[in-house]
Amino acid sequence: MNLSLLILFPLVTAIILLFCNGLKQVRMVALAGAGLQLILAIFLLVAFLQDRSMGNQLTMLFEYDFVWFKNLPIHYHIGVDGISIAMILLTSCIVFAGILISWTMEKLSKEFFFLLVLLSMGAYGFFISLDLFTLFFFLEIAVIPKFLLIGVWGSGKKEYSAMKLALMLMAGSALVFVGLLGVYYQTGSFDMMKIAQMNIPLDTQYFFFPFVFLGFGIFAALFPFHTWVPDGHASAPTAASMFLAGISMKLGGYGCLRVATFLMPAAAHYYSPIIIVLATIAIIYGAFATMMQTDLKYINAYSSVSHCGFVILGIGMLTQTSIKGAVLQMVSHGLMTALFFAAIGMIYTRTHTRMVAQLGGLLKVMPFISTVFVIAGLCSLGLPGFSGFVAEMTVFMGSWQNPGGLYRLATILSCASIVVTAVYILRATGKTIMGPLDGAYSKLGDALWNEKLAAGLLITGIVLIGVAPFLINQLIGPGTAAMMEQIGKTINLK
Amino acid sequence: MLMDFFILLKQELVIVAIIFLLLFINLGKDRSNESLLPLINVVLLLNVLLGFFGSKEGSLFGEMFHTGKLIILEKNILNLATWIISLLSFSWLRTHKHVIEFYILLLTALLGMFFMISSGNLLVLYLGLEMSTIPIAAAANFDLAKRKSSEAAMKMIISSAFSSALVLLGISWIYGVSGSLDFSVILLQGPDSPFRIFAFILLVSGFAFKMSAVPFHLWTADVYEGAPVSVTAYLSVVSKASVVFVILAFLYNAGKAFADTWYHILIVLSILSIIIGNLFALRQNNFKRFLAFSSIAQVGFIFIGIAGSSQVSSAAVVYFVLVYVFSNLAAFGVVALVSAVSGKENISDYKAFYTTNPLLSWVLTIAMFSLAGVPPTAGFFGKFFLLMAGAAKGNYWLIGIAALNMVVSFYYYLRVVKTIFMEENSQPIEKLAIPGASRLALYICLAGMLIAGLASCVYDYIYSISFGL
Repeated sequence: MNLSLLILFPLVTAIILLFCNGLKQVRMVALAGAGLQLILAIFLLVAFLQDRSMGNQLTMLFEYDFVWFKNLPIHYHIGVDGISIAMILLTSCIVFAGILISWTMEKLSKEFFFLLVLLSMGAYGFFISLDLFTLFFFLEIAVIPKFLLIGVWGSGKKEYSAMKLALMLMAGSALVFVGLLGVYYQTGSFDMMKIAQMNIPLDTQYFFFPFVFLGFGIFAALFPFHTWVPDGHASAPTAASMFLAGISMKLGGYGCLRVATFLMPAAAHYYSPIIIVLATIAIIYGAFATMMQTDLKYINAYSSVSHCGFVILGIGMLTQTSIKGAVLQMVSHGLMTALFFAAIGMIYTRTHTRMVAQLGGLLKVMPFISTVFVIAGLCSLGLPGFSGFVAEMTVFMGSWQNPGGLYRLATILSCASIVVTAVYILRATGKTIMGPLDGAYSKLGDALWNEKLAAGLLITGIVLIGVAPFLINQLIGPGTAAMMEQIGKTINLK
Repeated sequence: MLMDFFILLKQELVIVAIIFLLLFINLGKDRSNESLLPLINVVLLLNVLLGFFGSKEGSLFGEMFHTGKLIILEKNILNLATWIISLLSFSWLRTHKHVIEFYILLLTALLGMFFMISSGNLLVLYLGLEMSTIPIAAAANFDLAKRKSSEAAMKMIISSAFSSALVLLGISWIYGVSGSLDFSVILLQGPDSPFRIFAFILLVSGFAFKMSAVPFHLWTADVYEGAPVSVTAYLSVVSKASVVFVILAFLYNAGKAFADTWYHILIVLSILSIIIGNLFALRQNNFKRFLAFSSIAQVGFIFIGIAGSSQVSSAAVVYFVLVYVFSNLAAFGVVALVSAVSGKENISDYKAFYTTNPLLSWVLTIAMFSLAGVPPTAGFFGKFFLLMAGAAKGNYWLIGIAALNMVVSFYYYLRVVKTIFMEENSQPIEKLAIPGASRLALYICLAGMLIAGLASCVYDYIYSISFGL
């Protein structure tokens, strides 16, 4: 299995898009590209599981190492483990759904789909990179399309939001950049697998870990650097919101785990109280801030801050179960938020409002969309049977394994935030779906085939993880075990 | 011996030949610009191509002039940039009265730069420096009807005379203490007296003046704004690049013994240039002034690279200059086209530019991304390598300042993109007809920005011929 195909497909799609004309051609090409990519991702999953079941115990599979710059130790080095595959599957689902949701994008459709495909290319490249330079390269590729997507096709104060998002994410990558250079000069290599073997000196770890972790943390909405999330999500067009929450924020979580924690585990231990405090603040603050929101998109955006807090919490707790929970939460949150934004987008295109107060009784006119909305909501509040429950439960269990007063307190507080989640979710869905129907909305139609297909795909993922968590457990289990081995090694060192 | 003379001086001799050709071309009959311009562009293309053939290393005139692979590459970069600028000036020169004179001035300046880069002696260095400055000052006056243009020329000649005076004073002092002007002699003697260090600082300040590094930048914005766009492009790309090459060669050869001294000077200059360049670029509305300040900030990044003082850093600097040539010329190219047709030079005039000129908008956008250092453009690789080279000395705080300033610079580059794509305008700039020559130049820049980074062979080649301290 050649992993470079994952980058090549979007690239070819993007190039073909440049020569297309008219919405019909453009969307067909984009959908075909995304469909192929989805098939490729599933194929990759199968190939990976086959290899594993045949007893291949290597940390990274399908590795490919090509010397990119001869005179600098920069390689194009790619490979995947279970965690990356979970992320790749997530990305391909969201890209496919996002393109379906934007099916009727009339304004500058060619540019719109081009940027979506470009963004997905950055994400795929990021998830398969094992070389820090390549990783950074793809990380930045994934930033710029967001700026244009929000600024050109967005709504509300779009220019402000686009600029805020771009600058904050760029500041994040600037921090990552400094950290990476520091790691490079201590180890003489950009290769993650090599660096992991080397045990970076403690003072270097202590100095550069905050740069890398904070840098990626900005992407993952780490408190207090979460402020780009609400504005960015709320102003973005539907597909871009889905991409932002479903893919971009995962870049941050993945980076915190794979780069910061994996390469500098001793520092991760050292800073874990701070990380946990910040994560707990994000969880609780996000939940309470959501209660005050009246705009559906802002509700989902702030709840994303809260949910991504669980990812950071899981990473900060540094037990195998909690890290597994963090990965699960990334996948679950990606699917669930994308679904939520898709549902909000569907409602908005019909009613032209996102204000909870102006909506009501939508279940009567658009049963499908309303059901999707409810499913997303229930998943968000962690109802058993959906992925949200599995993920959050795993994070809590893992966190509880970590003794110590602070850790216990953080776990209890974060658990308690679920009640708040229930309040805002039930209130928002109840008001929007149930109740009397506004007369102006009585003629509105239900979801079209493309919207049904997109929602169906995402719901399949959510339910699959929720009902059969052992499937994904099998996938990410070995990856997190390898991660833990690395973390354990340095504990013994100390 | 004579063969050596011709081969080593090949690039200079070709330029001289072209200048003579231009002098004679108008003798017989008056030609129209329409027939003249393509001819000149073809000749310049030949000049670029000739630079790649039959080169040899060696020195002439008792070590006063020397050449090597890196020097030849640097000259080729300058040749290429000159050719691109000539292509981009097509629509402006079409109606100009003094085409021949314009080209003679540009090429004379280029010749001066060649001698400056090749110099192995302070006297030749100084001659080259003067020869490369005065013609550009004259060319800055080439918007004959505009007062601002003459003002720019005046400002430039006075300020460059001032910087020349600094350099001359430094040279004379160095001569006074060491009794020689040859690099090979100067470099043997270390910074043993304050007098010598001061002389050295004077020299570096003179160069900083030409590169418009802060605090020697005050002339830049006014001159850039007043001069015709093509001359501004020449000043900010070719002229600046040549001084970067010279300062690199001078510091790494003749300044070896002063490594500690100039290391600290460069750090101070770079921090000042990056911060002040960025802060002033934030609020500019005139596109040329904007590019002027952004180029000041870029110079700051170059200084960080030079301060790394290893083979990696000299390779990174030359590579960055190459990338900078493509990115900046792409930006200037679009500005030149718009300015030649509509006379509009403000960023706010570009509102909704995308609705009427998609191709030019994309070129400008990619140029902005490349200048800002966003992948996959070559600018990303350039900046990454520069900072990587600078970090080799372990001064992470400097890299931190630079990285934060990259975020600041991001704001103003994105502001241009925002203006083009996102803002509404009832009267956007009308659809421009792009002449074939300019189109070719823009495509070259575009290809350069997209390929020079991803194709690692470009950097690897530059690395293989560069040298460290």
